[in-house]
Formats: sequence, structure tokens, C-alpha cells
Amino acid sequence: MPDPESRAAPGAVISVSRLSKTYATGHSALKDVSFDIRRGEIFALLGPNGAGKTTLISIVCGLVNATAGTVRVDGHDIVRDYRAARAAIGLVPQELTTDSFETVWATVSFSRGLFGKKANPAFIEKVLKSLSLWDKKDAKIMTLSGGMKRRVLIAKALAHEPHVLFLDEPSAGVDVELRRDMWRLVRELRESGVTIILTTHYLEEAEEMADRIGVITKGELILVEEKATLMRRLGRKELTVELVAPLAAIPPALAPFGLELSDGGTHLTYVYETCASGAEEEGDTHSIADLLALLSAEGIAFRDLHTEQSSLEDIFVSLVRRDQ
Amino acid sequence: MNLEAVRAIYMFEMARTMRTLLQSVVSPVISTSLYFVVFGSAIGSRMAEIEGVPYGAFIVPGLMMLTLLTQSISNAAFAIYFPRFTGTIFELLSAPVSPFEIVLGYVGAAATKSVVLGLIILATASLFVPLEIKHPFWMLGFLVLTAFTFALFGFIIGIWADGFERLQVIPLLVITPLTFLGGTFYSLDMLPPAWRTVTLFNPVVYLVSGFRWSFFGISDVAVGLSLAMTLGFLALCLGACTWMFRTGYRLKS
Repeated sequence: MPDPESRAAPGAVISVSRLSKTYATGHSALKDVSFDIRRGEIFALLGPNGAGKTTLISIVCGLVNATAGTVRVDGHDIVRDYRAARAAIGLVPQELTTDSFETVWATVSFSRGLFGKKANPAFIEKVLKSLSLWDKKDAKIMTLSGGMKRRVLIAKALAHEPHVLFLDEPSAGVDVELRRDMWRLVRELRESGVTIILTTHYLEEAEEMADRIGVITKGELILVEEKATLMRRLGRKELTVELVAPLAAIPPALAPFGLELSDGGTHLTYVYETCASGAEEEGDTHSIADLLALLSAEGIAFRDLHTEQSSLEDIFVSLVRRDQ
Repeated sequence: MNLEAVRAIYMFEMARTMRTLLQSVVSPVISTSLYFVVFGSAIGSRMAEIEGVPYGAFIVPGLMMLTLLTQSISNAAFAIYFPRFTGTIFELLSAPVSPFEIVLGYVGAAATKSVVLGLIILATASLFVPLEIKHPFWMLGFLVLTAFTFALFGFIIGIWADGFERLQVIPLLVITPLTFLGGTFYSLDMLPPAWRTVTLFNPVVYLVSGFRWSFFGISDVAVGLSLAMTLGFLALCLGACTWMFRTGYRLKS
């Protein structure tokens, strides 16, 4: 009878159940982590340095032994049925670890063979072209720039046609152009059915690409949520009203809004949750409408309105701080 | 079985040898040939025959064994240590490859290189000294078995080593002296009885003796014992290697 706790949810390509890792030093890197990755999604795993992101990826990919818990990839246990589990996965590590003396073509072809796939020069050519590496195919890796080496690592991870791709800090040390190129590639891969799991320090990257976000800190997964829901639920908006004439003080009728007066009384700032207390978004619109109506009723004229929404970065920082 | 992976590892290692031909093949062949020139042609002509074998020919199996042991160990040790050093081992550990397949790929390639080197040295030696091989099948058998066993030993050293210095310690400070003192240049009968007894604790004696028997039909110890010692060491290495992969020793945390 299957262990109910290790049963994957329908549609899950990766199912992590009660996973823990304590290193020989006694450091507890993962504490009872459970979550699922849905087939075909882009999942961003966020967390500060040392949170346990790389340990988690390393366990799933077979580089680190778990202390407790199970992981299934495509329904295959990563220990008992490691061949099938690993065959499904491509891994782009955080460090630029490459065979310096090999050519691009040789190292990418080697990766394909290592994963049990027969040589397929046409496919390798396609991968290299999609990563703008084709004209470097005969170059030794040691002669390539850091960005190019990163592309080689991606090509190696894709060489065996995986349907799950782990990108551990893919943008570390790459320029803006390459980062944009990688985002494009990741979207193309997702469209072709590949599930992407990425860890990143660039919150902009997760905000741009992820379907769902997981936040891990001190080895504990504190949140897994749809990016849009997360940003709606935990995001904050700020409305700034630029007044025609400065105010000496906030009129008592406006007190319930908790406004702030600044810049010599010329600016009123209203901060509100995008979906405060579980209220519907329309509720906030009414609040703003109420505020504007009250301003008009109080005879306070305004020149301009400006709104700002908190980014994923703001949300992430607030989540991690809250946990600390 | 993931034969494609075994092939990929094997071809990768052989390609590395081809890239470093001077270091991998030419250098050991030249240094071993110098032994033939000095001991075989120059000094050997003034030495008495040993059990009816000219001295120059007598040392050929021992010198082949010297190269075989050191090269098998070095090749396999470096092959697995280098990916550990550079970090590229992550790919090997995350691939759908069993420990047996990994060992087969790396150790197979290291053993192949050593066997080829041994045969080149044999061909070179035949230019300097008259040679006949009484038991060619056994000669090839000992050659392959010893190359594979010591490549496996080298593989273990490559996992155990945590620096380039440690990588060199066993081949240079243990294997080379044991080979020189293991009857490469002399018969055990030439030693005083006490030293002969001490020498029998040297495992290389059994390898050289068995190999020499396949050439000339003469040996210091029974050929069956030589074979048993080699197989015993192979079993020991297989056990150590299995333990390393099972526990993830120096491979996984």
C-alpha cells in the first residue's frame, strides 16, 4: 500500500513529501518540507542565502542524500527508481562548473550520452543554435566568457531532452542581454511542455516569469502560492494625492483613512492592501472613490494622482522579515 | 543497463588521452625504453642468465608491470578526481547511471590505456632484447586483469584524495617502491633467505612472478597463487568501491 504522505497530487510532476536534511555538521538545512510542482509550470523558489534552496534541488537531482522524506519525479521515487526519476531532469547548477579543456560540441554530446540517449547531432545542433552557441561549437570551453559558459551549462542540461529543468540561479553573473535571452528561452521551453523550477536572487526574474512562487527560509517552506494571488494578497498599493494648496493638518473627516501628510502639506499619501482582510479588489476601489469624494466634500482640490504597487521583492522581504 | 552512459564516459576518457598523447603514451614508453637501453643492452649483456633467460629479456615482464601499475592507478585516479576538483561531477551524480556503470566507464578506459601502453612497451622491448612468450593467452589475461584491478584501485584513490598531493602519494611512495622491490629486476632466489621471506609480503611480487611465468615459464611463486592474489586484490577493491558509492563517501553529503 503506498505511503499516503508520499502520494503525488494529480498533475504534479514533482512531489516532495516531508523532506528533511541535516548535514554531518549538525546543520539542519531542510525541515519537513512538502510541496508539489505542477506539470508545465514555471515555479520560482525564493529564499535568502543559506535558506536551503540548493540543498532541496540537490536532493531532487541526486547530489545530496535526504535525511528523511520522499521525492517523486514523474511518479518515480528518486532513490528506489532513480534511473527513471533522473532521466526526466535537467540541471543547470549555480556554479560555472565546466570541462575547460573540452569543446562545446563534445561536452554537450557527452551529457546526452550520460543520460542514456543515443547520439543525435541534429538535436544537439538545434540546442546550440537556440542558445546562440552554434558558432562556438568547436571552441574550447576555457576560451568562452562567463555568459557563454552559462549557456553551455544550459545546453548540457537540455541535451537529453528533459521534461523538468532546474535552473539554480541562472542569472548569476550574466549581463542584461543574456538574462533577457534566457527568459525568452525559458518561456519557449515551458511552451514546449517543459516544467521549469528556478531559484533566483533577482526577484524581478521571478516576477517576470513564474507562475507560482515558493518562499523558503531557514530550511522551512513558508509559502507556496500563485504569483498573481500572492501579489494581490500580500501586495500593497500607495496612492499619492498632490494638492493644489498645502494643508496645515489632516481634516478629522479623513482620519479613518490613516493618511500621511508630507512635502510641506502638499502631498497626501494613502497606503492600502490590494486585497485587505480578504475583501474583494472592488472594495479597495470603493475606498479610493470614498477618499476622493471626501476630499471634494471638504473642498480640498488636487492637481495630480499617482499610484504605486509593491513588487515581488517588497513582498519577499516582508515575508522573510516576518519569519525572522 | 545504461550502455550509452558507459560508452560516453569511456569515449570521453579516451578522447582525453588522445589530447594528451605526449604525456599519456609517449612519456611512459620513452622512460621504460630507457630501462631496456641501460639494463637490457648496456648492463644486461654483462649479467648472467637467470634460469636460462637472458637478463635483458628477464626484466621485460617486470618493467611492463611497473608501467602497468603506475599508469593504471594514475589514469583512473585522475579521471575521477578531476571532475571532483572542478565540480563537474554533479553531472555524473545526477545522471541515470549506476555506480557499476560509472566504474566500468572510467576503469575500463584507464585499463585500456594501460594495456595499450604495455603492448607498446612489449613491442619496443622486442627491438632491444630477444623475446618469446610461452603462454600468450595467460600473458594477455594477466595484463588485462592487472590493468583493471589497479585502475580500480586508482579510482578508489581518486575518490579518497582531497588534493593533488594525495593523488600522487600512493603511486609514487607506495606502488613504485613495491614494484622495484617486487622482483622487477631480479629473481627472489638471488636474495638472502631472510629478505626473500620479507619480500613475500610484497603483493607486487605475485603480480610480477605470474606475469613473468606467462613469458618464460619460470616464476618465484606458484602461478595459481599469483592469480589468486590478483583476484583477491580485485575483490578487495570492488568491496571498497561498493562501500564508497553506497555511503556516498566524498561524493555526496
